[in-house]
Amino acid sequence: MLRLLTNKFLLIASLSIFSLTFSFAQEGHEGHHEAKAEAAHDEEHFDIGQMIMHHISDSHEWEFAHGAVIPLPVILYTKEYGLEVFSSNRFKEGNGVYNGYINLHEHIHRLSPDGKIDEAVHVLDFSITKNVASLLLSAIILIVLMSTVAKSFQTNRGKAPKGVQSFIEPIIFFIRDEVVKPNIGPKYAKYLPYLLTLFFFILINNLLGLLPGGANVTGNIAITMTLAVITFIITHINANKHYWLHLVKPEGVPVLMLPLMWVVEIAGVFMKPMSLMIRLFANMTAGHIIILSLLGLIFIFQSWAVGGVITIFTLFMNAIELLVAFLQAFIFTLLSSMYIGSAIEEHHEADHGH
Amino acid sequence: MELLTPSIGLIFWMLLVFGILVFFLAKFAWKPILSALKEREDSIDSALRMAEETRAEMAKLKADNDRIIAEARLERDKIIREAKNASDNMLAEAREKAVTEGNKIIADAREAIQQEKTAMVAQMKKDVAAFSIEIAEKVLRKELTDKKAQESLVSNLISEAKLN
Repeated sequence: MLRLLTNKFLLIASLSIFSLTFSFAQEGHEGHHEAKAEAAHDEEHFDIGQMIMHHISDSHEWEFAHGAVIPLPVILYTKEYGLEVFSSNRFKEGNGVYNGYINLHEHIHRLSPDGKIDEAVHVLDFSITKNVASLLLSAIILIVLMSTVAKSFQTNRGKAPKGVQSFIEPIIFFIRDEVVKPNIGPKYAKYLPYLLTLFFFILINNLLGLLPGGANVTGNIAITMTLAVITFIITHINANKHYWLHLVKPEGVPVLMLPLMWVVEIAGVFMKPMSLMIRLFANMTAGHIIILSLLGLIFIFQSWAVGGVITIFTLFMNAIELLVAFLQAFIFTLLSSMYIGSAIEEHHEADHGH
Repeated sequence: MELLTPSIGLIFWMLLVFGILVFFLAKFAWKPILSALKEREDSIDSALRMAEETRAEMAKLKADNDRIIAEARLERDKIIREAKNASDNMLAEAREKAVTEGNKIIADAREAIQQEKTAMVAQMKKDVAAFSIEIAEKVLRKELTDKKAQESLVSNLISEAKLN
Protein backbone atom coordinates (compact mmCIF):
# COMPACT_ATOMS: atom_id res chain seq x y z
CA MET A 1 0.00 0.00 0.00
CA LEU A 2 2.75 2.42 1.00
CA ARG A 3 4.71 1.61 -2.12
CA LEU A 4 1.67 2.09 -4.27
CA LEU A 5 1.07 5.43 -2.61
CA THR A 6 4.69 6.46 -3.13
CA ASN A 7 4.43 5.51 -6.77
CA LYS A 8 1.28 7.53 -7.11
CA PHE A 9 3.02 10.42 -5.43
CA LEU A 10 5.97 10.22 -7.77
CA LEU A 11 3.69 10.14 -10.77
CA ILE A 12 1.70 13.06 -9.47
CA ALA A 13 4.78 15.02 -8.51
CA SER A 14 6.45 14.48 -11.87
CA LEU A 15 3.27 15.42 -13.69
CA SER A 16 2.80 18.54 -11.60
CA ILE A 17 6.40 19.58 -12.12
CA PHE A 18 6.07 18.82 -15.80
CA SER A 19 2.96 20.91 -16.17
CA LEU A 20 4.37 23.73 -14.08
CA THR A 21 7.74 23.94 -15.84
CA PHE A 22 5.91 23.61 -19.09
CA SER A 23 3.72 26.54 -18.23
CA PHE A 24 6.68 28.65 -17.17
CA ALA A 25 8.63 27.74 -20.27
CA GLN A 26 5.61 28.57 -22.30
CA GLU A 27 5.22 31.86 -20.54
CA GLY A 28 8.87 32.64 -21.13
CA HIS A 29 8.46 31.96 -24.82
CA GLU A 30 5.33 33.91 -24.68
CA GLY A 31 7.19 36.99 -23.59
CA HIS A 32 9.44 36.84 -26.66
CA HIS A 33 6.61 36.21 -29.01
CA GLU A 34 4.61 38.94 -27.44
CA ALA A 35 7.43 41.44 -27.89
CA LYS A 36 7.94 40.36 -31.48
CA ALA A 37 4.26 40.32 -32.12
CA GLU A 38 3.81 43.78 -30.81
CA ALA A 39 6.62 45.01 -33.02
CA ALA A 40 5.27 43.25 -36.09
CA HIS A 41 1.56 43.80 -35.70
CA ASP A 42 1.46 47.01 -33.86
CA GLU A 43 -1.48 48.19 -35.86
CA GLU A 44 -3.64 45.23 -34.75
CA HIS A 45 -3.15 45.86 -31.02
CA PHE A 46 -3.46 42.15 -30.15
CA ASP A 47 -2.21 41.93 -26.60
CA ILE A 48 -1.91 38.24 -25.80
CA GLY A 49 -1.18 38.86 -22.12
CA GLN A 50 -4.34 40.85 -21.75
CA MET A 51 -6.30 38.23 -23.67
CA ILE A 52 -5.07 35.48 -21.35
CA MET A 53 -5.74 37.49 -18.22
CA HIS A 54 -9.19 38.31 -19.49
CA HIS A 55 -9.93 34.62 -19.98
CA ILE A 56 -8.59 33.30 -16.72
CA SER A 57 -9.90 35.98 -14.40
CA ASP A 58 -13.39 36.57 -13.16
CA SER A 59 -15.74 39.02 -14.85
CA HIS A 60 -19.16 40.52 -14.30
CA GLU A 61 -20.55 39.09 -17.53
CA TRP A 62 -20.19 35.73 -19.21
CA GLU A 63 -18.60 36.17 -22.59
CA PHE A 64 -18.57 33.08 -24.83
CA ALA A 65 -17.38 34.92 -27.91
CA HIS A 66 -17.43 38.48 -29.14
CA GLY A 67 -21.09 39.36 -29.25
CA ALA A 68 -22.25 36.24 -27.41
CA VAL A 69 -22.41 37.67 -23.92
CA ILE A 70 -24.73 36.69 -21.10
CA PRO A 71 -25.30 39.61 -18.73
CA LEU A 72 -25.11 38.65 -15.07
CA PRO A 73 -26.59 40.36 -12.03
CA VAL A 74 -24.37 42.80 -10.19
CA ILE A 75 -24.99 42.90 -6.45
CA LEU A 76 -23.23 45.61 -4.49
CA TYR A 77 -23.34 46.62 -0.88
CA THR A 78 -21.97 49.79 0.64
CA LYS A 79 -22.49 51.01 4.13
CA GLU A 80 -23.37 54.46 2.80
CA TYR A 81 -25.70 53.55 -0.07
CA GLY A 82 -27.03 50.14 0.94
CA LEU A 83 -27.76 47.24 -1.37
CA GLU A 84 -27.80 47.69 -5.16
CA VAL A 85 -28.82 45.03 -7.68
CA PHE A 86 -28.70 45.60 -11.45
CA SER A 87 -27.68 43.85 -14.64
CA SER A 88 -24.11 43.99 -15.85
CA ASN A 89 -25.57 45.32 -19.11
CA ARG A 90 -26.03 48.67 -17.37
CA PHE A 91 -22.25 49.04 -17.13
CA LYS A 92 -21.89 48.26 -20.82
CA GLU A 93 -24.51 50.80 -21.76
CA GLY A 94 -22.94 53.44 -19.57
CA ASN A 95 -19.42 52.65 -20.74
CA GLY A 96 -18.41 51.14 -17.41
CA VAL A 97 -20.34 53.63 -15.27
CA TYR A 98 -23.80 53.20 -13.81
CA ASN A 99 -25.63 54.84 -10.98
CA GLY A 100 -22.48 56.22 -9.39
CA TYR A 101 -20.52 52.99 -9.68
CA ILE A 102 -17.65 52.36 -12.05
CA ASN A 103 -16.44 48.97 -13.29
CA LEU A 104 -12.71 49.35 -13.60
CA HIS A 105 -11.08 46.12 -14.85
CA GLU A 106 -13.83 44.10 -13.15
CA HIS A 107 -13.31 45.95 -9.87
CA ILE A 108 -16.26 48.09 -8.93
CA HIS A 109 -15.67 51.42 -7.21
CA ARG A 110 -17.95 54.21 -6.06
CA LEU A 111 -17.64 57.48 -7.86
CA SER A 112 -17.81 60.71 -5.95
CA PRO A 113 -20.11 63.41 -7.42
CA ASP A 114 -17.18 65.05 -9.20
CA GLY A 115 -16.56 61.86 -11.23
CA LYS A 116 -13.51 60.62 -9.35
CA ILE A 117 -13.16 57.30 -7.57
CA ASP A 118 -14.31 57.71 -4.00
CA GLU A 119 -11.76 55.77 -1.96
CA ALA A 120 -13.64 56.36 1.29
CA VAL A 121 -16.57 54.18 0.18
CA HIS A 122 -15.75 50.51 0.44
CA VAL A 123 -17.79 48.59 -2.12
CA LEU A 124 -18.58 44.97 -1.19
CA ASP A 125 -19.11 43.13 -4.46
CA PHE A 126 -21.43 40.12 -4.10
CA SER A 127 -22.20 39.99 -7.81
CA ILE A 128 -23.09 36.79 -9.59
CA THR A 129 -19.93 36.91 -11.61
CA LYS A 130 -18.89 34.46 -14.31
CA ASN A 131 -17.24 32.26 -11.69
CA VAL A 132 -20.26 32.37 -9.38
CA ALA A 133 -22.57 31.52 -12.28
CA SER A 134 -20.32 28.62 -13.23
CA LEU A 135 -20.23 27.57 -9.58
CA LEU A 136 -24.02 27.53 -9.46
CA LEU A 137 -24.15 25.63 -12.74
CA SER A 138 -21.71 23.02 -11.43
CA ALA A 139 -23.72 22.72 -8.21
CA ILE A 140 -26.91 22.15 -10.18
CA ILE A 141 -25.17 19.60 -12.43
CA LEU A 142 -23.80 17.78 -9.39
CA ILE A 143 -27.11 17.77 -7.57
CA VAL A 144 -29.00 16.51 -10.62
CA LEU A 145 -26.33 13.93 -11.46
CA MET A 146 -25.95 12.58 -7.95
CA SER A 147 -29.70 12.54 -7.30
CA THR A 148 -30.10 10.49 -10.48
CA VAL A 149 -27.37 8.13 -9.33
CA ALA A 150 -28.89 7.88 -5.86
CA LYS A 151 -32.28 7.14 -7.39
CA SER A 152 -30.85 4.49 -9.68
CA PHE A 153 -29.17 2.96 -6.62
CA GLN A 154 -32.59 2.77 -5.01
CA THR A 155 -34.30 1.23 -8.02
CA ASN A 156 -31.39 -1.12 -8.74
CA ARG A 157 -31.10 -2.23 -5.14
CA GLY A 158 -29.04 -5.40 -4.91
CA LYS A 159 -28.57 -5.50 -8.68
CA ALA A 160 -25.70 -4.66 -10.99
CA PRO A 161 -25.19 -0.92 -11.64
CA LYS A 162 -26.79 0.62 -14.70
CA GLY A 163 -26.29 3.72 -16.85
CA VAL A 164 -24.59 6.73 -15.31
CA GLN A 165 -24.52 4.84 -12.04
CA SER A 166 -21.85 2.51 -13.45
CA PHE A 167 -19.70 5.52 -14.27
CA ILE A 168 -20.03 7.24 -10.89
CA GLU A 169 -19.95 4.11 -8.75
CA PRO A 170 -16.33 3.08 -9.43
CA ILE A 171 -15.22 6.65 -8.68
CA ILE A 172 -17.06 6.59 -5.37
CA PHE A 173 -15.50 3.20 -4.65
CA PHE A 174 -12.09 4.52 -5.58
CA ILE A 175 -12.41 7.60 -3.36
CA ARG A 176 -13.72 5.53 -0.49
CA ASP A 177 -11.39 2.54 -0.68
CA GLU A 178 -8.18 3.96 -2.12
CA VAL A 179 -8.18 7.54 -0.90
CA VAL A 180 -10.25 8.00 2.25
CA LYS A 181 -10.13 4.63 4.02
CA PRO A 182 -6.35 4.07 3.96
CA ASN A 183 -5.55 7.65 4.97
CA ILE A 184 -8.14 8.36 7.62
CA GLY A 185 -8.51 4.90 9.12
CA PRO A 186 -11.49 3.31 10.84
CA LYS A 187 -13.32 6.60 11.53
CA TYR A 188 -13.44 7.47 7.84
CA ALA A 189 -17.23 7.39 7.46
CA LYS A 190 -17.69 10.76 9.16
CA TYR A 191 -15.50 12.57 6.63
CA LEU A 192 -16.55 10.63 3.55
CA PRO A 193 -19.47 12.90 2.52
CA TYR A 194 -17.26 16.00 2.62
CA LEU A 195 -14.40 14.36 0.73
CA LEU A 196 -16.69 12.89 -1.92
CA THR A 197 -18.33 16.27 -2.44
CA LEU A 198 -14.88 17.86 -2.57
CA PHE A 199 -13.68 15.44 -5.23
CA PHE A 200 -16.71 15.74 -7.47
CA PHE A 201 -16.91 19.49 -6.99
CA ILE A 202 -13.30 20.02 -8.07
CA LEU A 203 -13.64 17.50 -10.88
CA ILE A 204 -16.79 19.00 -12.38
CA ASN A 205 -15.42 22.54 -12.14
CA ASN A 206 -12.11 21.48 -13.68
CA LEU A 207 -13.97 19.87 -16.54
CA LEU A 208 -16.38 22.80 -16.99
CA GLY A 209 -13.36 25.09 -17.07
CA LEU A 210 -11.97 23.17 -20.04
CA LEU A 211 -15.08 23.80 -22.13
CA PRO A 212 -14.89 26.69 -24.57
CA GLY A 213 -16.21 29.77 -22.80
CA GLY A 214 -15.96 27.98 -19.45
CA ALA A 215 -15.03 29.86 -16.33
CA ASN A 216 -11.72 29.25 -14.58
CA VAL A 217 -13.37 28.41 -11.26
CA THR A 218 -10.87 25.99 -9.75
CA GLY A 219 -8.06 28.22 -11.05
CA ASN A 220 -9.35 31.05 -8.91
CA ILE A 221 -7.54 31.63 -5.65
CA ALA A 222 -10.74 32.49 -3.77
CA ILE A 223 -12.24 29.09 -4.57
CA THR A 224 -9.13 27.06 -3.74
CA MET A 225 -8.59 29.14 -0.61
CA THR A 226 -12.12 28.43 0.59
CA LEU A 227 -11.70 24.71 -0.02
CA ALA A 228 -8.30 24.64 1.70
CA VAL A 229 -9.67 26.57 4.68
CA ILE A 230 -12.62 24.19 5.01
CA THR A 231 -10.21 21.24 5.05
CA PHE A 232 -8.04 23.10 7.56
CA ILE A 233 -11.02 23.77 9.84
CA ILE A 234 -12.28 20.17 9.62
CA THR A 235 -8.78 18.89 10.37
CA HIS A 236 -8.35 21.07 13.44
CA ILE A 237 -11.87 20.69 14.83
CA ASN A 238 -11.40 16.93 14.87
CA ALA A 239 -7.72 16.84 15.80
CA ASN A 240 -7.01 14.71 18.85
CA LYS A 241 -4.78 15.33 21.85
CA HIS A 242 -1.90 13.57 20.17
CA TYR A 243 -1.90 16.00 17.27
CA TRP A 244 -1.81 19.09 19.48
CA LEU A 245 0.77 17.51 21.77
CA HIS A 246 2.92 16.74 18.78
CA LEU A 247 2.86 20.42 17.82
CA VAL A 248 3.88 21.58 21.29
CA LYS A 249 6.34 18.86 22.16
CA PRO A 250 7.45 16.59 19.35
CA GLU A 251 8.91 13.29 20.57
CA GLY A 252 12.65 12.82 20.70
CA VAL A 253 13.52 16.50 20.32
CA PRO A 254 16.09 18.07 22.67
CA VAL A 255 14.64 20.84 24.84
CA LEU A 256 16.95 23.43 23.30
CA MET A 257 15.61 22.62 19.86
CA LEU A 258 11.99 23.02 20.91
CA PRO A 259 11.53 26.69 19.98
CA LEU A 260 12.86 25.96 16.53
CA MET A 261 10.55 22.96 16.25
CA TRP A 262 7.58 25.12 17.24
CA VAL A 263 8.33 27.44 14.38
CA VAL A 264 8.70 24.50 11.99
CA GLU A 265 5.57 22.73 13.23
CA ILE A 266 3.41 25.84 13.16
CA ALA A 267 4.71 26.71 9.71
CA GLY A 268 3.85 23.14 8.72
CA VAL A 269 0.30 23.48 10.02
CA PHE A 270 -0.32 26.50 7.81
CA MET A 271 1.78 25.23 4.94
CA LYS A 272 -0.59 22.32 4.39
CA PRO A 273 -3.67 24.36 3.45
CA MET A 274 -1.42 26.83 1.63
CA SER A 275 -0.04 24.04 -0.51
CA LEU A 276 -3.56 22.74 -1.16
CA MET A 277 -4.69 26.20 -2.18
CA ILE A 278 -1.74 26.98 -4.43
CA ARG A 279 -1.45 23.53 -6.02
CA LEU A 280 -4.96 23.47 -7.42
CA PHE A 281 -4.94 27.16 -8.33
CA ALA A 282 -1.55 26.99 -10.06
CA ASN A 283 -2.24 23.77 -11.90
CA MET A 284 -5.55 24.85 -13.32
CA THR A 285 -4.45 28.40 -14.12
CA ALA A 286 -1.24 27.16 -15.70
CA GLY A 287 -3.18 24.74 -17.87
CA HIS A 288 -5.47 27.50 -19.06
CA ILE A 289 -2.54 29.81 -19.69
CA ILE A 290 -0.77 27.17 -21.79
CA ILE A 291 -3.78 26.52 -23.97
CA LEU A 292 -4.57 30.22 -24.33
CA SER A 293 -0.94 31.02 -25.15
CA LEU A 294 -0.90 28.35 -27.82
CA LEU A 295 -4.11 29.66 -29.31
CA GLY A 296 -2.73 33.21 -29.03
CA LEU A 297 0.21 32.18 -31.21
CA ILE A 298 -2.20 31.56 -34.04
CA PHE A 299 -3.36 35.17 -33.88
CA ILE A 300 0.20 36.44 -33.61
CA PHE A 301 1.63 34.49 -36.56
CA GLN A 302 -1.50 34.42 -38.68
CA SER A 303 -0.11 31.60 -40.76
CA TRP A 304 -1.80 28.37 -41.84
CA ALA A 305 1.25 26.23 -41.06
CA VAL A 306 1.65 27.57 -37.54
CA GLY A 307 -2.09 27.30 -37.06
CA GLY A 308 -2.10 23.63 -38.05
CA VAL A 309 0.81 22.71 -35.80
CA ILE A 310 -0.62 24.65 -32.90
CA THR A 311 -4.05 23.09 -33.32
CA ILE A 312 -2.47 19.65 -32.92
CA PHE A 313 -0.47 20.89 -29.97
CA THR A 314 -3.52 22.44 -28.33
CA LEU A 315 -5.41 19.22 -28.80
CA PHE A 316 -2.58 17.41 -27.03
CA MET A 317 -2.57 19.98 -24.22
CA ASN A 318 -6.31 19.65 -23.86
CA ALA A 319 -5.92 15.90 -23.43
CA ILE A 320 -3.31 16.53 -20.76
CA GLU A 321 -5.60 19.05 -19.09
CA LEU A 322 -8.31 16.42 -19.04
CA LEU A 323 -5.91 14.18 -17.16
CA VAL A 324 -4.91 17.04 -14.88
CA ALA A 325 -8.58 17.75 -14.15
CA PHE A 326 -8.97 14.26 -12.71
CA LEU A 327 -5.53 14.26 -11.15
CA GLN A 328 -5.92 17.53 -9.28
CA ALA A 329 -9.33 16.56 -7.95
CA PHE A 330 -7.76 13.29 -6.79
CA ILE A 331 -4.74 14.99 -5.22
CA PHE A 332 -6.80 17.58 -3.38
CA THR A 333 -9.00 14.84 -1.96
CA LEU A 334 -6.04 12.59 -1.18
CA LEU A 335 -4.10 15.30 0.64
CA SER A 336 -7.20 16.50 2.48
CA SER A 337 -7.82 12.98 3.76
CA MET A 338 -4.14 12.65 4.68
CA TYR A 339 -4.26 15.86 6.70
CA ILE A 340 -7.46 14.81 8.43
CA GLY A 341 -6.04 11.32 8.94
CA SER A 342 -2.82 12.63 10.50
CA ALA A 343 -4.80 14.78 12.93
CA ILE A 344 -7.11 12.02 14.19
CA GLU A 345 -4.60 9.18 14.12
CA GLU A 346 -4.69 7.23 17.37
CA HIS A 347 -1.18 5.78 17.54
CA HIS A 348 1.05 8.46 16.26
CA GLU A 349 3.87 7.36 14.02
CA ALA A 350 6.55 9.59 12.58
CA ASP A 351 4.64 11.23 9.78
CA HIS A 352 6.69 13.89 8.10
CA GLY A 353 6.18 12.66 4.60
CA HIS A 354 4.45 15.76 3.37
CA MET B 1 -1.14 40.06 -8.62
CA GLU B 2 -4.69 40.39 -9.78
CA LEU B 3 -4.87 36.58 -9.85
CA LEU B 4 -3.62 36.15 -6.29
CA THR B 5 -6.08 38.42 -4.52
CA PRO B 6 -9.21 36.52 -3.57
CA SER B 7 -12.41 38.51 -3.93
CA ILE B 8 -14.77 38.58 -0.97
CA GLY B 9 -17.88 38.10 -3.07
CA LEU B 10 -16.58 34.93 -4.63
CA ILE B 11 -15.59 33.55 -1.22
CA PHE B 12 -19.09 34.33 0.05
CA TRP B 13 -20.81 32.60 -2.86
CA MET B 14 -18.37 29.71 -2.76
CA LEU B 15 -19.03 29.12 0.95
CA LEU B 16 -22.77 29.32 0.37
CA VAL B 17 -22.84 27.08 -2.70
CA PHE B 18 -20.33 24.57 -1.41
CA GLY B 19 -22.02 24.44 1.97
CA ILE B 20 -25.39 23.76 0.39
CA LEU B 21 -23.77 21.23 -1.93
CA VAL B 22 -22.11 19.32 0.92
CA PHE B 23 -25.32 19.35 2.94
CA PHE B 24 -27.57 18.37 0.06
CA LEU B 25 -25.31 15.69 -1.39
CA ALA B 26 -24.54 14.23 2.04
CA LYS B 27 -28.24 13.92 2.80
CA PHE B 28 -29.73 13.00 -0.54
CA ALA B 29 -26.88 11.41 -2.48
CA TRP B 30 -24.00 10.06 -0.43
CA LYS B 31 -26.14 8.61 2.33
CA PRO B 32 -28.37 6.45 0.09
CA ILE B 33 -25.49 5.68 -2.30
CA LEU B 34 -23.06 4.64 0.41
CA SER B 35 -25.68 2.63 2.26
CA ALA B 36 -26.67 0.88 -0.99
CA LEU B 37 -23.00 0.18 -1.71
CA LYS B 38 -22.51 -1.13 1.79
CA GLU B 39 -25.61 -3.27 1.53
CA ARG B 40 -24.45 -4.71 -1.76
CA GLU B 41 -20.99 -5.38 -0.41
CA ASP B 42 -22.48 -7.07 2.62
CA SER B 43 -24.74 -9.21 0.46
CA ILE B 44 -21.80 -10.18 -1.77
CA ASP B 45 -19.72 -10.91 1.31
CA SER B 46 -22.42 -13.03 2.87
CA ALA B 47 -23.03 -14.84 -0.42
CA LEU B 48 -19.33 -15.61 -0.70
CA ARG B 49 -19.18 -16.70 2.91
CA MET B 50 -22.24 -18.91 2.39
CA ALA B 51 -20.64 -20.45 -0.71
CA GLU B 52 -17.52 -21.12 1.31
CA GLU B 53 -19.54 -22.66 4.11
CA THR B 54 -21.52 -24.78 1.67
CA ARG B 55 -18.32 -25.95 0.06
CA ALA B 56 -16.91 -26.90 3.46
CA GLU B 57 -20.13 -28.66 4.30
CA MET B 58 -20.06 -30.52 0.99
CA ALA B 59 -16.50 -31.59 1.66
CA LYS B 60 -17.52 -32.73 5.12
CA LEU B 61 -20.49 -34.63 3.73
CA LYS B 62 -18.29 -36.26 1.15
CA ALA B 63 -15.77 -37.23 3.79
CA ASP B 64 -18.61 -38.61 5.90
CA ASN B 65 -19.93 -40.57 2.96
CA ASP B 66 -16.51 -41.97 2.22
CA ARG B 67 -16.06 -42.89 5.82
CA ILE B 68 -19.47 -44.55 6.00
CA ILE B 69 -18.78 -46.46 2.79
CA ALA B 70 -15.39 -47.56 4.08
CA GLU B 71 -16.96 -48.62 7.35
CA ALA B 72 -19.71 -50.53 5.56
CA ARG B 73 -17.13 -52.21 3.40
CA LEU B 74 -15.16 -53.22 6.48
CA GLU B 75 -18.33 -54.44 8.13
CA ARG B 76 -19.25 -56.43 5.06
CA ASP B 77 -15.80 -58.00 4.90
CA LYS B 78 -16.04 -58.83 8.55
CA ILE B 79 -19.47 -60.40 8.20
CA ILE B 80 -18.33 -62.43 5.19
CA ARG B 81 -15.25 -63.54 7.02
CA GLU B 82 -17.26 -64.51 10.07
CA ALA B 83 -19.79 -66.38 7.98
CA LYS B 84 -17.04 -68.23 6.23
CA ASN B 85 -15.42 -69.10 9.52
CA ALA B 86 -18.74 -70.26 10.91
CA SER B 87 -19.46 -72.45 7.90
CA ASP B 88 -15.95 -73.84 7.99
CA ASN B 89 -16.36 -74.59 11.65
CA MET B 90 -19.72 -76.19 11.06
CA LEU B 91 -18.33 -78.33 8.27
CA ALA B 92 -15.39 -79.38 10.36
CA GLU B 93 -17.63 -80.14 13.28
CA ALA B 94 -20.05 -82.09 11.14
CA ARG B 95 -17.23 -84.05 9.63
CA GLU B 96 -15.78 -84.81 13.01
CA LYS B 97 -19.16 -85.75 14.35
CA ALA B 98 -19.80 -87.98 11.39
CA VAL B 99 -16.47 -89.67 11.90
CA THR B 100 -17.02 -90.27 15.59
CA GLU B 101 -20.57 -91.40 14.94
CA GLY B 102 -19.37 -93.76 12.27
CA ASN B 103 -16.67 -95.05 14.56
CA LYS B 104 -19.19 -95.52 17.30
CA ILE B 105 -21.57 -97.36 15.01
CA ILE B 106 -18.75 -99.57 13.80
CA ALA B 107 -17.69 -100.24 17.38
CA ASP B 108 -21.25 -101.07 18.36
CA ALA B 109 -21.64 -103.33 15.37
CA ARG B 110 -18.43 -105.00 16.23
CA GLU B 111 -19.55 -105.50 19.78
CA ALA B 112 -22.91 -106.83 18.63
CA ILE B 113 -21.19 -109.16 16.22
CA GLN B 114 -18.91 -110.26 19.01
CA GLN B 115 -21.87 -110.91 21.27
CA GLU B 116 -23.72 -112.79 18.53
CA LYS B 117 -20.63 -114.75 17.90
CA THR B 118 -20.21 -115.60 21.56
CA ALA B 119 -23.86 -116.49 21.85
CA MET B 120 -23.62 -118.58 18.71
CA VAL B 121 -20.53 -120.32 19.91
CA ALA B 122 -22.20 -121.01 23.24
CA GLN B 123 -25.27 -122.33 21.45
CA MET B 124 -23.10 -124.37 19.15
CA LYS B 125 -21.25 -125.73 22.13
CA LYS B 126 -24.55 -126.59 23.74
CA ASP B 127 -25.85 -128.14 20.56
CA VAL B 128 -22.63 -130.04 19.99
CA ALA B 129 -22.79 -131.32 23.56
CA ALA B 130 -26.38 -132.35 23.08
CA PHE B 131 -25.51 -134.05 19.78
CA SER B 132 -22.54 -135.68 21.31
CA ILE B 133 -24.60 -137.01 24.24
CA GLU B 134 -27.25 -138.21 21.80
CA ILE B 135 -24.63 -139.81 19.64
CA ALA B 136 -22.97 -141.25 22.68
CA GLU B 137 -26.31 -142.52 23.95
CA LYS B 138 -27.03 -144.12 20.60
CA VAL B 139 -23.53 -145.57 20.44
CA LEU B 140 -23.79 -146.78 24.01
CA ARG B 141 -27.23 -148.18 23.44
CA LYS B 142 -25.90 -150.05 20.46
CA GLU B 143 -22.72 -151.20 22.23
CA LEU B 144 -24.52 -152.31 25.34
CA THR B 145 -27.02 -154.50 23.68
CA ASP B 146 -25.09 -157.67 24.57
CA LYS B 147 -24.13 -158.73 28.09
CA LYS B 148 -20.50 -159.23 27.43
CA ALA B 149 -19.83 -155.79 26.25
CA GLN B 150 -21.56 -154.41 29.34
CA GLU B 151 -19.43 -156.47 31.60
CA SER B 152 -16.21 -155.51 29.81
CA LEU B 153 -17.09 -151.91 30.09
CA VAL B 154 -17.89 -152.09 33.72
CA SER B 155 -14.69 -153.91 34.39
CA ASN B 156 -12.79 -151.34 32.39
CA LEU B 157 -14.36 -148.53 34.27
CA ILE B 158 -13.61 -150.26 37.55
CA SER B 159 -9.99 -150.78 36.59
CA GLU B 160 -9.61 -147.22 35.61
CA ALA B 161 -11.24 -145.95 38.74
CA LYS B 162 -8.27 -146.66 41.02
CA LEU B 163 -9.03 -146.48 44.63
CA ASN B 164 -6.50 -144.42 46.23
